[in-house]
Amino acid sequence: MLAFVWLTVITALRVLGRNRLRAGLTMLGIIIGVGAVIAMVSIGEGAKQAVQKQIATMGTNVIMIWPSYMTIGGVRGAQGGAVTLTVADALELKKRIPILSETGWLIRSTMQIVNGNRNWNGPVHGVSPSYVTIRDWSFSSGGSFTQTDMESAARVALLGQTVVENIFEPGEEPVGAIIRIKNVPFRVIGVLSPKGQSVQGSDQDDVVFIPFTTAERKVFGTLFLGSVGGVFVSTERTEDLVDAAEQIRQVMRARHRLQGEQPDDFTIRTQVEIGKVQEGTSETLTVMLMIIASVSLLVGGIGIMNILLVSVTERTREIGIRMAVGAKRFHILIQFLIEALTLSVVGGCIGILFGVLAARLTTVIAGWPTIISSDTVAVAFVFSVVVGLFFGLYPANKAARLNPIDALRYE
Amino acid sequence: MNPLIVGEDIWKVYRVGDVEVQALRGVSVTIEQGEFVAIMGSSGSGKSTLMNILGCLDQPTKGQYRLNGVEVGQLRPDQLAEIRNQQIGFVFQSFNLIPRTSALENAQLPLFYRGLSLKEQRTLASAALQRVGLKGREHHSPTQLSGGQQQRVAIARALVTSPSLLLADEPTGNLDTESSQDIMGILEGLNRDGMTVILVTHEVDIAAYASREIVVKDGQILSDRATKGRSQVVGA
Repeated sequence: MLAFVWLTVITALRVLGRNRLRAGLTMLGIIIGVGAVIAMVSIGEGAKQAVQKQIATMGTNVIMIWPSYMTIGGVRGAQGGAVTLTVADALELKKRIPILSETGWLIRSTMQIVNGNRNWNGPVHGVSPSYVTIRDWSFSSGGSFTQTDMESAARVALLGQTVVENIFEPGEEPVGAIIRIKNVPFRVIGVLSPKGQSVQGSDQDDVVFIPFTTAERKVFGTLFLGSVGGVFVSTERTEDLVDAAEQIRQVMRARHRLQGEQPDDFTIRTQVEIGKVQEGTSETLTVMLMIIASVSLLVGGIGIMNILLVSVTERTREIGIRMAVGAKRFHILIQFLIEALTLSVVGGCIGILFGVLAARLTTVIAGWPTIISSDTVAVAFVFSVVVGLFFGLYPANKAARLNPIDALRYE
Repeated sequence: MNPLIVGEDIWKVYRVGDVEVQALRGVSVTIEQGEFVAIMGSSGSGKSTLMNILGCLDQPTKGQYRLNGVEVGQLRPDQLAEIRNQQIGFVFQSFNLIPRTSALENAQLPLFYRGLSLKEQRTLASAALQRVGLKGREHHSPTQLSGGQQQRVAIARALVTSPSLLLADEPTGNLDTESSQDIMGILEGLNRDGMTVILVTHEVDIAAYASREIVVKDGQILSDRATKGRSQVVGA
């Protein structure tokens, strides 16, 4: 049996080798199909992982609460245009909702940051120490500020990588240096590790953190003390996020005295929700890829079936001879199935090669991240085997069911 | 010893469109092992149909056909294929070699379907080719061989399994006189070594090689008689 299969494979290769152009054109469908799938899935996977990395930079199990629009007399104001979120809100949340593990808040502004003769205009965030923890910021040098710094409104700053690059000479140590923010001197106590782009596409490393109290009292000149630009909370477990978000909403509505139909004057977003939006996008992409893949594999498969039907007709007499000397239906069936499989598997392998090459080129030329997983390659291979089997079965069966006398007489 | 072939009242009826064609109408024939039989008849006489049935390529519509004591009439296609593989060797008018395939591989073909190892296939096929005088041509493809040589490859393919029956359908129909004599000489030699040979032909001088002559006409046996047979002449 093994000898039979082996010799049949050799025969199939010889037959296909005789009609190289024909075999090549037949395989083209499979090559293009499999190649396109591999390339596109690699690009899709690369994009997906990049987005997941960005989502992870938000922190772990984070819920964000932003001040919302205020509608006054039918005129809708800008987001955060009114004082609707305060430090007191944040503290109340922590007190009332036990599943929250951390609560932090921030206030944002854009300011001139000066070091010696260099300066930079960038976002300055006044934050509570817990905010740095919630967002999972780590330090490339130095460390975070403490609750004591917060209470004493200390003039200390944490610098993001982009800011460091713009106001310090290469090789200059920022920690310990004195910089000025809106002419107020600050001592740099930590440099943040880079996070890269946010999900929205902004540079997360273009930032300076100073204690919240310092910001509102000494730098920003806030109109209402205790008003914040956003509250960040986190939970211990990811499963608690939805529940926590709902509880936050209840507490906030009660605190803000919102009645029945009145809309929320705040917006709650969980990390899971943002992830889902991105997953939805990549799922649409995956479905489209599947459709493209199915269509091209279908076309490739029909090509194989077509050429095999031609081959069966051309070789009717040969089939008759084989039957006359004792080939059973099974032998003829296997012979043509193996021919179909050889076409589809060789085509599939070339397709995989092209796909991997295309993905690599995309990374090199366009700079898009691509991930070629062994799963994708395996699935592509299995698919080409299945296509060969499926579309080879009809012609092979047709050959096997020939009547030996008619086949021998065929001109 | 049991007869090799016992056919009793064999009928073969085809339908071509609405027309019913009775190719064989009650043929009964018995052939002993070791015989050299010529089946003669003009085209359309039913001799090809008879040969297809005797060769297990086809089955009778009615009647019985026993080959080596096995009733063939009710067998399934795969069982027929197995009988052809084990017991019958075919030689056709148009050689019917597989194109672009070497003489050796053509001769190996029945052994391939018998499931022998590649080495056994090669050994037996080489021996068969040597027997028909084609030593040294094992790796020639059919187009590189003359008609007579191609027919010898076909004979080698037929005898490689040491079948009990060799069926030759107009084996010399596409050959010149000299090659015809060669081929008939080989068949004669095989018969002398004990193989049963059935020869289908319409040429009298080819039929003269056989020791028994069956004439078929309109689907029935017209005459069935022993002839002197050249082998006996040569032997005597």
